[in-house]
Amino acid sequence: MTSAVRMTGIVKRFPGVVANDGVDVDIRAGEVHALLGENGAGKSTLSNILTGLYRPDEGTVEINGQAMQFSSPRDALDAGIGMVHQHFRLVSTFTVAENVVLGEPDSPFMMDQSRVAQQVEELSNRYGLAVDPSARIWQLSVGEQQRVEIIKVLYRGAKVLILDEPTAVLTPIEADALFKTLRAMVAEGRTVIFISHKLDEVMKVSDRVTVLRGGKTVGTVETANTNTRELASLMVGRSVEFNRVTRSNPADVSHTVLTLSGVSARDDRGRDALHGVSLTVGRGEIVGVAGVAGNGQRELAEAISGMRALSSGHIDVSGERVQSGRARSAIAKGVAHIPEDRLHTGLASSHSVEDNLALKNYRSSSLSKFRVLRRKAIRAQATDLVQNYDVKTPDTVTPVRLLSGGNVQKVLLAREFSSLPKVLIAASPTRGLDVGAIETVRARLVEAAERGVGILLISEDLDEIMSLADRIVVMYEGRLVDEVAAEAADRERLGLTMGGSTVSGGAR
Amino acid sequence: MRSPVRFERRLEQPKWLNWAIPVVSLIAALVLGAIVLLATGKNPLDVYSRIFERGFAGTRALSGSIKTATPLAFTGLCAAIAFRMGLINIGGEGQFYMGAVGATWAGLVFGGDLPTGAVVIVMALSGMVCGGLYAAIVGVLRAKFNTNEIITSLMMNYLAAIFLNYLIYNSTSYWRDPESRNFPAGKPIPDRADWNFYEVGGIKIPLAFLIAIIAGAAIWVLYKRTRFGFEVGVIADSPKAARYAGIRTTSTIVIVLALSGALAGLGGAADVGNFRGLLDSKGLQMSGYGYTGIVVAALARLNPISTLFVAVLIGGLTNAGFALQGPDFPSGLVGTLQGLILFTAVAGEVLVKYRIRRNRRAAAVMA
Ligand SMILES: Nc1ncnc2c1ncn2[C@@H]1O[C@H](COP(=O)(O)OP(=O)(O)O)[C@@H](O)[C@H]1O
Ligand SMILES: [Mg+2]
Repeated sequence: MTSAVRMTGIVKRFPGVVANDGVDVDIRAGEVHALLGENGAGKSTLSNILTGLYRPDEGTVEINGQAMQFSSPRDALDAGIGMVHQHFRLVSTFTVAENVVLGEPDSPFMMDQSRVAQQVEELSNRYGLAVDPSARIWQLSVGEQQRVEIIKVLYRGAKVLILDEPTAVLTPIEADALFKTLRAMVAEGRTVIFISHKLDEVMKVSDRVTVLRGGKTVGTVETANTNTRELASLMVGRSVEFNRVTRSNPADVSHTVLTLSGVSARDDRGRDALHGVSLTVGRGEIVGVAGVAGNGQRELAEAISGMRALSSGHIDVSGERVQSGRARSAIAKGVAHIPEDRLHTGLASSHSVEDNLALKNYRSSSLSKFRVLRRKAIRAQATDLVQNYDVKTPDTVTPVRLLSGGNVQKVLLAREFSSLPKVLIAASPTRGLDVGAIETVRARLVEAAERGVGILLISEDLDEIMSLADRIVVMYEGRLVDEVAAEAADRERLGLTMGGSTVSGGAR
Repeated sequence: MRSPVRFERRLEQPKWLNWAIPVVSLIAALVLGAIVLLATGKNPLDVYSRIFERGFAGTRALSGSIKTATPLAFTGLCAAIAFRMGLINIGGEGQFYMGAVGATWAGLVFGGDLPTGAVVIVMALSGMVCGGLYAAIVGVLRAKFNTNEIITSLMMNYLAAIFLNYLIYNSTSYWRDPESRNFPAGKPIPDRADWNFYEVGGIKIPLAFLIAIIAGAAIWVLYKRTRFGFEVGVIADSPKAARYAGIRTTSTIVIVLALSGALAGLGGAADVGNFRGLLDSKGLQMSGYGYTGIVVAALARLNPISTLFVAVLIGGLTNAGFALQGPDFPSGLVGTLQGLILFTAVAGEVLVKYRIRRNRRAAAVMA
């Protein structure tokens, strides 16, 4: 059996951490090989070594049985190895075709638009990567942009494609389309290295899985001979189970903390996105909002947190009216918000951990006096929260964008929970996190509910909603189309209503 | 064809590069300049020592450099304060003119009656208000209608220039000297409205430069220590996060541009009060302080304190350039030397972020 890529005894040290500590992987030509591991396991570091971004401190890389030493991504590309990064590197004002040829070493000064467009088209048809070559990047969705990245790598003739957590930015439907593409590529003899920490995906798309933990290889298994449970315990080193959480302190629905009455709002392009939504959340109650992304969930969260003005209706928190479109008013009334886009909405990601922890209360008299910041108090608050919420960061002045995904979310949780809110809007709070971090986030949510916080949990993940929520509502095209108690919820019915089918004889 | 070298983004930016690159840039500029000078038959060591002498050696040279630096310090601060929030205010030039217009008016009106200290304050305030309001228009357009501030601020520079010409050449305005019928000029402000110079260790420092130092320090404190500075930082980082945190983005944009314009306007006031003594339409337009200020701010990496030093550096080089210029030393050569310094500084900036690598064929190519 030929190995397309064999990495042996790879060691890579960074100041203070050993990111890869003797990793061995052996990737066969023509397979989808998954690299599975929690955040911080060393997956990205390993792929950066394979693509020549980092040089290993120890160990060897062989491509088709030949030892290689890459000193830059171009060297790796010349050897047929291409990487699809999680953060896209596209020029947003250029067309798809222009982006595809951009950075080609041999690209002519004037490009032949139609020839490139034709080649892009051909690649896109062959692998089901639907994208218009003449569209400009800014017009494309995240999923489409990722397809452009993939086409770009294919166009350069990569035989081995590395995708670093490609599904983190995709909706479930887009992810499924991506998996088809990956299968089509291996069917043509290419090799795919698929990096993920999501068990289901790995089970769905890969032929074999190599599990990394703490920078070391735990083992490689045939996907056909394993299951999610086994992979989960390999990944975290203990067995994990997600069950319906039992609460010691049940919700008190006689006190409503959040009331939406006929709330309508428009999306960024001015189209109606919410149509007369009415909803209540009781003290200590977790209400799950299920639905396929893009059905008004983001607008709902933003309307409640005051980031989006209402076109009609009103919102009350514990009987007090929240001013429409005034985030400051919502914050003052006790609305906390964990937005979906953590790094750009929930946090100012180039700012330090301590600044981000003060992002909502820097105006309070404890953190500023006569409009001058009290830096010492801000630092003290941060030191406290970092400890209480177990945020792994070198210090409080590190920019949050340098933290791992789980720790980014912990910073957000620390700030939002410590404000002692009455209402918490949590949008996809565990998306993109590893198993350990997911457990933490869920535990914190339940804890908050037990303290009496009313929680609106917006998520595409039905399992998450079903295991945490007391009550589930379904959103479709900006309307609440169904409502069930969590114990009575069944997946099939939720799935149908999420897809827009009406439930006959619905028990409302 | 493959280029022999290529740029790669640095993954990490080592700290020592922050000081090593500027030093290397300066040396590179001197070496490149030497080549040019040798090619034109000049002795580089001789020329460099003259530049240093005329620009920076001795109290006379330093006095001159600081004088030239003063308007640049204000326009540099004007650019720095706006750029830090990601607002590309190219309008320092026009805001400077408007400040000069406002300050001249105040000087002419109150110069005869009020004591000098009060006149200085009134002129400075008037300049700041005029420059600030002029820039606030750009801010309102940006905040309310999301127009591109680069374009609006640039267009308003041309408007301001037309306005200056109108006041001095095409009308009998209050600013124009009625005696200057054949040769239009501005009306001189009364002596009592003249701003002072102070001697420190033999160096003559204009009052305006001291004000610039105070302004620079104030901006540093504003951005580093206050709630307002915190809010500006968050908006610059992510407007969405700012909205999420309840920060009023629109008013902050307008305020920052107004502050930026007020600094340029203060520069304009200083230009009238400390140096020219009248509204000099042609002189202002030929100086291009607003545009040079952008370069100053960029070289200072938008740090308000560094901006003051860079302004003095550029001021000194400008003066040395004037001094070198002569029959055996064409002004084009002076410009070339100054250009080389700016060029290497910018190139150095690139090297902090990127590394250069040799391009070569790969060792092995897959079938
Ligand atoms: N450039 C770097 N400098 C310092 N530490 C790093 C760097 N890149 C990664 N690390 C550290 O190495 C470890 C492995 O990180 P990474 O390879 O990104 O993991 P994964 O992709 O599996 O989440 C983490 O502890 C991370 O903080
Ligand atoms: Mg990673």
